[in-house]
Amino acid sequence: MAEFLFYVFGSVALGSALGVVLSRNPVGSLLFMVATLASVAGIFVLLEAHFLAAIQIMVYAGAIMVLFLFVIMLLNLGHEYQRDIKTGLGAILAFAVAGALAGGVASTMRGAADAPGFQYLQGPDALDAAIQEYGILGVIARPLYTEYVVAFEVTGLLLLVAIVGALVLAKRRV
Amino acid sequence: MVTQPLVLSGLLFGIGAFGFLVRRNAIIMFLCVELMLNAVNLALVATSRFAGIDGQVFVFFVMTVAAAEAAVGLAIIISIFRHYETVNVNNFNLLKW
Repeated sequence: MAEFLFYVFGSVALGSALGVVLSRNPVGSLLFMVATLASVAGIFVLLEAHFLAAIQIMVYAGAIMVLFLFVIMLLNLGHEYQRDIKTGLGAILAFAVAGALAGGVASTMRGAADAPGFQYLQGPDALDAAIQEYGILGVIARPLYTEYVVAFEVTGLLLLVAIVGALVLAKRRV
Repeated sequence: MVTQPLVLSGLLFGIGAFGFLVRRNAIIMFLCVELMLNAVNLALVATSRFAGIDGQVFVFFVMTVAAAEAAVGLAIIISIFRHYETVNVNNFNLLKW
């Protein structure tokens, strides 16, 4: 069942990712992106990352994509349907580069399960046991507030800098 | 089930890279960057199933940085649009020699 659902979500994700690239209308592109993010969130659920699936829907699809939509509406880009996809040599070169990249990454990833040392990893049972013990939130919150607490604080600082930077950049000159 | 999500993430990353190279609309290029970030998130979650919870913590940080990056990047796009009245990157040639 999980396998079947994975293929459903995976094909929706791939199809709408192509839609992001090929759609002429920026708003259509954005809605395809929301579909991709939602199906990747479904795959997160299948991989037992429930908290990240919820965050993906709320923060990515909910907040960041709405921010993109605001900007598209603000700049009034939804009406001009001129093609901006490169054609000719540029497109062929881009296709070759991206195809080589995707093929190289995908074929490397295919061998991940046979990589040396893979059998020494903890495996899914250890993660399931940790989820049983600490709960879905606790299992990710414990390392976040102990091992990675410095990174967590620095992330807060980064968000502050981003807010101030965005305000300064987007502010009209007075 | 670790191989299939990793292959899917490689393909998604490739599509994102292709879109970034082939589109000229700055906002769509930015969306393609988000797509690549999401592909990397998928790979991290798939490996964290086998290698411990640290991968998921890292995805949390990646999402935060992506949010900050989206805010600043879109602000830059807005201020560029004010100047050139377009978001087509062909018109941004100030640094081209």
